[in-house]
Amino acid sequence: MSSESSANSHHIDVKEFHPRAQAAIADPKLRQNFRRAMDGLISKRKDAFEGMDLEALRELGANIRLRALANLPDLLEQLEAKLTANGIKVHWAIDGDEACRIVRNICVARNAKTVIKGKSMVSEEMELNHYLEEHGIEALESDLGEYIVQLAGETPSHIIMPAIHKNTGEISELMHEKTGTDLSSDVEYLTASARQQLRERFMNADVGVTGVNFAVAETGTLCLVENEGNGRMTTTVPPCHIAVTGIEKVVGNLEDVVPLLALLTRSATGQHITTYFNMISGPRKPEELDGPEEVHLVLVDNGRSSIYQDDELLDTLRCIRCGACMNHCPVYTRVGGHTYGTTYPGPIGKILMPHLIGLDEGRHLPTASSLCGACGEVCPVKIPIPDLLVRLRQESVDGDKLNPAKVRGHGAKRGTLEALIWKGWSWMHARPGIYRFGTAMAARLRKLQPGQLGGWTNYRTAPKLANKTLHQKMKERDQ
Amino acid sequence: MSARDSILQRLRNRSGDELSVPECDFSVLQRPSSSVADRVDQFEKTIESVHGEVHRCTADSWVARLSEILSARGARSLLISREHQIGRALRESGQDNLPELLIYDEPIESWQPHLFNNVEASITSTQGGIAETGSLILWPTPDEPRLMSLVPPIHIAVLEASELYATFHEAMQAQNWASGMPTNALLVSGPSKTADIEQTLAYGVHGPKELIVLVIE
Amino acid sequence: MADPIKIYPPKPSHVYFYATCLIDMFYPDAGMAGIQLLEREGIKVCFPEDQTCCGQPAYTSGYHDEARAVAKAQLDLFPEDWPIVVPSGSCGGMMRKHYPSLFKHTRQEAKAIDIAARTWELTDFLLNVCHIKLEDVGEPTTVAMHTSCSARREMGVAEVGPRLIGQLNNVSLVEQTRAEECCGFGGTFAVRHPEISGAMVSEKVDTLTDTGAGEFVTTDCGCLMNIAGYAEKNRKPLAGQHILSFLWDRTNPGKGGES
Repeated sequence: MSSESSANSHHIDVKEFHPRAQAAIADPKLRQNFRRAMDGLISKRKDAFEGMDLEALRELGANIRLRALANLPDLLEQLEAKLTANGIKVHWAIDGDEACRIVRNICVARNAKTVIKGKSMVSEEMELNHYLEEHGIEALESDLGEYIVQLAGETPSHIIMPAIHKNTGEISELMHEKTGTDLSSDVEYLTASARQQLRERFMNADVGVTGVNFAVAETGTLCLVENEGNGRMTTTVPPCHIAVTGIEKVVGNLEDVVPLLALLTRSATGQHITTYFNMISGPRKPEELDGPEEVHLVLVDNGRSSIYQDDELLDTLRCIRCGACMNHCPVYTRVGGHTYGTTYPGPIGKILMPHLIGLDEGRHLPTASSLCGACGEVCPVKIPIPDLLVRLRQESVDGDKLNPAKVRGHGAKRGTLEALIWKGWSWMHARPGIYRFGTAMAARLRKLQPGQLGGWTNYRTAPKLANKTLHQKMKERDQ
Repeated sequence: MSARDSILQRLRNRSGDELSVPECDFSVLQRPSSSVADRVDQFEKTIESVHGEVHRCTADSWVARLSEILSARGARSLLISREHQIGRALRESGQDNLPELLIYDEPIESWQPHLFNNVEASITSTQGGIAETGSLILWPTPDEPRLMSLVPPIHIAVLEASELYATFHEAMQAQNWASGMPTNALLVSGPSKTADIEQTLAYGVHGPKELIVLVIE
Repeated sequence: MADPIKIYPPKPSHVYFYATCLIDMFYPDAGMAGIQLLEREGIKVCFPEDQTCCGQPAYTSGYHDEARAVAKAQLDLFPEDWPIVVPSGSCGGMMRKHYPSLFKHTRQEAKAIDIAARTWELTDFLLNVCHIKLEDVGEPTTVAMHTSCSARREMGVAEVGPRLIGQLNNVSLVEQTRAEECCGFGGTFAVRHPEISGAMVSEKVDTLTDTGAGEFVTTDCGCLMNIAGYAEKNRKPLAGQHILSFLWDRTNPGKGGES
């Protein structure tokens, strides 16, 4: 395999969702780590919106994202023109591989050997670290959570809190083993130790790579939301800053970021605002004493323009990556982020990843939901996540002749037996006489009902048929 | 075809219906009008809730207060600007218990290790503040470069009470940001922090461990 | 964009009762209780004999052709302009929220939209349309309540059950922790992902048991089967019933006459 093509190979088999879910559920420590963290995040979010007109704010957030998407090609061109005028170089990438090559080429042109990174889920999508390492460029994560995950040789298990699956003891052991930090349960000490190690790296890094939370077309401004200051370091200390982002992150006006920021930080971590909101509109000017001399933006498509084709699926692109859907997801809380085997876990991953990796590869993702609707209820930009899950379930079995499936890899989940069962079910329930006869017979023969019903009865008793159906009872009553 | 053109073409020739452009009603961001005193109170309460520290001073008293704050922490060096009124006032104050004053007037490349390893505190001006979120608006300049407010473990910011806005939206409108942004603009709301280790808050992970605001009333 | 605000109709003379297939086969007494509660409010209840299933199981499994065929068979059951009441948030949600999109661009679209607008979850209807006043005749007791996710989020009736139970003088309602969390039913989800569903229901049973109530009521038969079935299999001291059975039993002096 050539190194070029291996950049985006998936290390984890997405299809192995079930065994990973079983293992996660059987791991009490992991369950406790997630449960505790999610309970905390749910309650913080609730407090943060206290006294605000949350519904009006969500409505505004949704409309801003919809308006931006309606004007997407124009806004991207406006963004490019503005950024270019501001001195920021804009690049476009069809997929993750191309985006990786662009980043590498910038590094090579600068003879850069070390890259320091701020948090970027798009770079995870690109598997940028892996690619750069293969090409002899060291890439070091600087967000504390990402740094921990990188030390462990893992991937993030949450898009906002990458190391949420680990507790303090596990992190201390890891830092002890990998960096020689003394074993300690003192989080302040562990944090201070990471600060010291990373400060050296900031000073020596040739290039800083970050993501972008919002890209403003009107002013040509890249906005980064963070608490640690590593994003500011990454965008200020190295002589070159490369921002990578999905093409959907653009918004029209500078004022659009105000409600989106208010929604993002409250939804994500229950903060009124993060410590830093960093707005970058250009490289260092000749008279300035610090800041990067070069700033690049890589606009990554990677399947987004395909999602954009469909009026319903388009809503997926509203996402501002707050992670509230996973914080409130009862499935995510039970199985954790790694079980999904995808860059984006949880509800947003279930509706986004099938487009990135194909619905054949990701066909189990839309099923892993009880459709409880908690995700859609908390989504700050009102993405109808449960409806999109149902849509993808339909696509994965080619279940609707009136609305033919169009997502890459559609129909992969359609099984002959399952399709036959639903056909039979439909045939019976569309014929009232047969339904009445069948259900009345079932009631009469209820003693013959099997006691074991697959996965259901592993945990529960079988549902008990009544001795008479309501249809029968009503009939008797009327006589 | 270039990646750019092919992406834009796919977006322009989308197969779905024409997308409607919804109205965006920003009125939800409006707040009832408030007095300067109310805004200072709200600012103080909010930024203190995220571990920021507020000292209310006057134009005459802030230098002395700063000197107390830094002495209490045993800070031995303070990074200041050359041109700004704040830097000038400190140099000309005659306060003898201020720490060593360092001026950020050389490109970072010439003194980076010193800034990263030895400077203990810095002081900058602000472009105003936001009461609702307890935020400082910083527009770094050649005189007050970006790293001033980021690298030293203690960052002191001077905020004029009269420049406190109720909300981010109001500040942005009042200062007409949309007409042109500086190379870097920031909202800073508290000291650097992380909760990446088991949701436990720790301060000063990359940026300042302490943020001290001198509100000039 | 905004969810339409629910506008309750005036109390009608007649309603259609759409029982749902789970009530029909597994919990007919809950259905009967609902009918009797409506009748006691002076409403004539029409039970269309040809009703089967709303189509939701196939719909949420992605088999929309099959769901549409079944749903289509329900569309002709409600010719008069009466409200359609459903003793389930889940099936009510299917009809109210999803019928219009399921029949979009078909000849049945107008009918589906009309039916959606007339569909009400039964407890919501009792409280907010009938303005029911419940007189408790039962012994003092304590119950917990689990509102189904569809009742809570699709039908917006999370407050209704507690308010109805609040009318019962001798019943104290206790709330379990994480009351808003899904019990893990989710239709075919419970069969496709039994371990995850099992983990969810086990925690739901724990939180309900921890209230000390010993008994819970719920708006939906799916949740009831799931939670009570888990408690029974694992010998947890927790019994469950449909909220309609509970309300009828508590307020009917001749209790025992039915069933």
